[in-house]
Amino acid sequence: MARKTPTINTGSSADISFLLLTFFLLTSNISTEQGIPRRLPPPSDKEEIVDIKERNVLVVQVNFLDEIFVGSGAIPVTELKNVAKNFLLNPNNDPKLPEKEVREIDHMGEYTISKGVISLVNDQSTSYNMYVQVQNELQRAVNEIRDDVSSQYFGKKYDLLDTAFQRAVQKAVPMNISEAPPRDYNQQQ
Amino acid sequence: MARFRKDEKKEVPELNMGSMSDIIFMFLFFFMVITNMRESNIKVTVRPPSATEVQKLEKKSLVATVYIGEPVNAATENTLPPGKVSVQLNDQTIKQEDLAEEVRTWIGQEKEGRSEEDRNKLTFSLKVDKDVQMRYVNTIKSELRTNNALKINYATGKTERK
Repeated sequence: MARKTPTINTGSSADISFLLLTFFLLTSNISTEQGIPRRLPPPSDKEEIVDIKERNVLVVQVNFLDEIFVGSGAIPVTELKNVAKNFLLNPNNDPKLPEKEVREIDHMGEYTISKGVISLVNDQSTSYNMYVQVQNELQRAVNEIRDDVSSQYFGKKYDLLDTAFQRAVQKAVPMNISEAPPRDYNQQQ
Repeated sequence: MARFRKDEKKEVPELNMGSMSDIIFMFLFFFMVITNMRESNIKVTVRPPSATEVQKLEKKSLVATVYIGEPVNAATENTLPPGKVSVQLNDQTIKQEDLAEEVRTWIGQEKEGRSEEDRNKLTFSLKVDKDVQMRYVNTIKSELRTNNALKINYATGKTERK
């Protein structure tokens, strides 16, 4: 004696879901946020003056005209990566380039860590674009060294390593960028 | 003519629309999963610089964003120099005469809204137009640093390595 349940007209459910779909299409932005992550140094009352030997510091200056000076000479931004890489690696143990220190690292054994620090000075009138380009090139130098080290020790690219190994490589190739207080060309005049 | 008329009488077979809604629902769920709502209306135009060594920001809910760039409508927004550059925090452009102070209160608000645990994971993303001078960024950076908001991110587009 079961009665047939009347069929429900589902034709309009497509319309309803279309409506919802368009709503989500309009309110969403798919583009994932990406960028260059950085960590600022923790705040301190007085600027600590760390005694670092001159050979261990690479001073990169960007002036108000977006020109890059390393040491005394101006270089194009495309060169910066190679200069930074050469500085951090010091392949020929040049006495003018940074010292190295042998240290024990987990998973990697003894590794000679460079003591090099890159000091970045920009001007208040430097364009943000150039600043990001410089940061990018420096990051690229470090990333390339990390890639080399990780394929040498673990046989894989750095990005593909497990986090424990990534941390080991990070320890072996630290990213030491210190930012000096900016100059202001316009104020000097 | 007669032949034509004969053809017109043929009926197109009806399509079964039952599965249509399923397909649309699938789309809907796809979009629902990948979307994040636009939380603030952006009042400055930002053309971010592009870089090769970019990383994706992990948790969207733990990101606070500063926008610096040319105002969309220069007449109604706070700008300095007039009509050129605006700084947007939350929903409004701010008066730049006391930029440092505004940024400080904003950092405080952002931190307060989060649980104790999340506060250290909070990332401050700087979305800055590429032609903007560093002075704005420097002020904000030093303010972030003194207020112990150390995780920052320079928002960029992505280009491939040459």
